[in-house]
Amino acid sequence: MQYLVSVIHDSSDLATTDEMAAIDVFNEGLQAQGHWVFAGGLAGPGTATVIDNRGEAAVFTDGPFVESKEYIVGFWVMEAADLDVALKLAAEGSKACNRKVEVRPFL
Amino acid sequence: MSRTDAREAITEAHREEWARVVASLTRRFGDLDIAEEAAAEAFAAAVVRWPADGVPPSPGAWLTTTANRKAIDRIRRENKRDDKQKEAQLLYDNDPPGPPGAIGDERLRLIFTCCHPALAMETRVALTLRMVAGLTVPEIARAFLVQETTMEKRITRAKAKIKAARIPYRVPSAEDLQARVSGVLAVLFLVFNEGYLATGPGTDPVRHDLTAEAIRLTRLIRALMPDDGEVAGLLALMLLTEARRAARVSPSGALVTLGEQDRGTWDTALIAEGHQLVRERLAAAAAGVAPGRYQILAAINAVHTSARDVRATDWSQVLALYDQLARLDSSPIVALNRAIAVAELDGPQVGLAAVDRLEAELSGYHLFHATRADLLRRLGRNQKSREAYDQAIGLAGNTAEIAYLTRRRDQLG
Repeated sequence: MQYLVSVIHDSSDLATTDEMAAIDVFNEGLQAQGHWVFAGGLAGPGTATVIDNRGEAAVFTDGPFVESKEYIVGFWVMEAADLDVALKLAAEGSKACNRKVEVRPFL
Repeated sequence: MSRTDAREAITEAHREEWARVVASLTRRFGDLDIAEEAAAEAFAAAVVRWPADGVPPSPGAWLTTTANRKAIDRIRRENKRDDKQKEAQLLYDNDPPGPPGAIGDERLRLIFTCCHPALAMETRVALTLRMVAGLTVPEIARAFLVQETTMEKRITRAKAKIKAARIPYRVPSAEDLQARVSGVLAVLFLVFNEGYLATGPGTDPVRHDLTAEAIRLTRLIRALMPDDGEVAGLLALMLLTEARRAARVSPSGALVTLGEQDRGTWDTALIAEGHQLVRERLAAAAAGVAPGRYQILAAINAVHTSARDVRATDWSQVLALYDQLARLDSSPIVALNRAIAVAELDGPQVGLAAVDRLEAELSGYHLFHATRADLLRRLGRNQKSREAYDQAIGLAGNTAEIAYLTRRRDQLG
C-alpha cells in the first residue's frame, strides 16, 4: 500500500540547514525500514504551467491550476502497511521538515 | 411462541448482538459495508422467521450464521469474487491471534475503527452509533438534527475512506492505546452531552435516547476494558448525571439547578452504582494511579450526589477536586466551575472576581454570563445581573436553560 505525503507550506523558501539535516535523518530511516519509494521538493507555484489538450490544440496557461495561500512544496511517496503506519511516518516527516503534511492513499 | 415474545427477543438480540454480528462479519469479509448490510438483512430475516418458527436457542449464533450467508450471497450475486478477495485484504489486521479475553473481543476492533483519529469527530459519532450501537441512519439523523441524506452521505463517505486509506481493523498497540481510548471516550461523552443538553428550538431539553445509548456503549467498553480507570470514570460520571435526569427539568420545561432539585427523585440505584465506581477509582488513586479528567469529574459528581441537600455539600472537597482537574486541564471552563465552588466557600464577591478574570476567553459562552448573573444577583447588583442574564439568554441553545434563565431574570423585579 502506497501513500502520497504532500508537504504544505505558505512559502517556497528552501528548508533551513537544520531542517535539511532532520529531513536527511528521516529519509535514511524510511529507507532502512523499507518505507521509502520516492521524495522530492518542488519549485513554487509561480513556476507552474497548466496544459489542457482535451480540445483541438493544447492550451498552455501560466501559473498553478488553483491559486491558494498554501500549496504543495514537496512530497514523499511511502510504502506502509496501513493508515496507522502512514500517519505515524507522516507525523515524523512533518516534524523533520517543520511543515504541515497531508496523507492520501494511492488507489 | 407469541408474536410479542418474538418481538421482544428480536429487540433484545438487536441490543445484545448487533455489534458482535457486525464486528465478526467485518473481520471475516474485511468490509464494513458488507458487514453492515448483511447484519441488517439478518435482523430483517429474524423479524419474519422468529414469530413463525420460534426464537432460536442461541439468537446470536443464528444471527451470525444468517448474516454470514447473506454476505456470501451478496458477494456471489455481485460476481466479483476476485475483487472481493482483494478487498478482503483492505480492512485487514496483522495482529497475531491474541490470548482469549476481553481485549480480543471483535467489538473492540470495531469501536477503534469507528473512532479512528483520521475521521472527523461528527463522522466518528455517526459511525459508532450506526456500526456499534445499531441505530438506523434516520435515527442518527434525527438525533443530530440533520437531513437523512446528509447523514447517509457522511456514513458512506466514512466507509469509503476507511477502505481506500486502509484504516486498520484492530485494537491499537500498547503505546497508542491510551490516546486512542481517550478518543473513543470523547465520542461517547459527546453523544451523552448532546442527549443531556440537547440544542435547538423544538427539541426536547433532555434526549433520553442519546444519554441511554451513550451509557450502554460506555458499559460495553467498560466490560471490554475493565482495568481502564478513565472508562470507569466516564461511566460513573454518566450514571451520576443520568441519576438526576428526572429532577433536572420542571414540568413546565425549565431547567432546575442542582441546588433547587428535589433530591428525592434522584435515581438511587444509578447513584449507588456511580459511587461504587468512584470508590474503586479512589482506591486505585490511593495506590498511586493518577486519575484522569473523567475520574475527577465523576468524583465531583459523587460529592454532589452524597449531600442530602445543597447546604450539606462539601464545597471544600469540590474545590480541591477542581484544583486537581485544573492541573490536568487548563481550560477556562474548568476555571469557571472552580470559581462557582470558590463563591460557595468564600462568598459571591470573591467568586465574581474569579469569574471576571475569564471574560476574554469565555465572553461567547452562555454559562459564563449565567454564572455572573447569579453572583451579581446574590450581591444585590440587580441592573448588572439583568444585563448578564440577557447575554446568557441570547447565547443559550437549550430550551430548558433559556426558560430557567428567563424566569431568573424576570424575578429580579
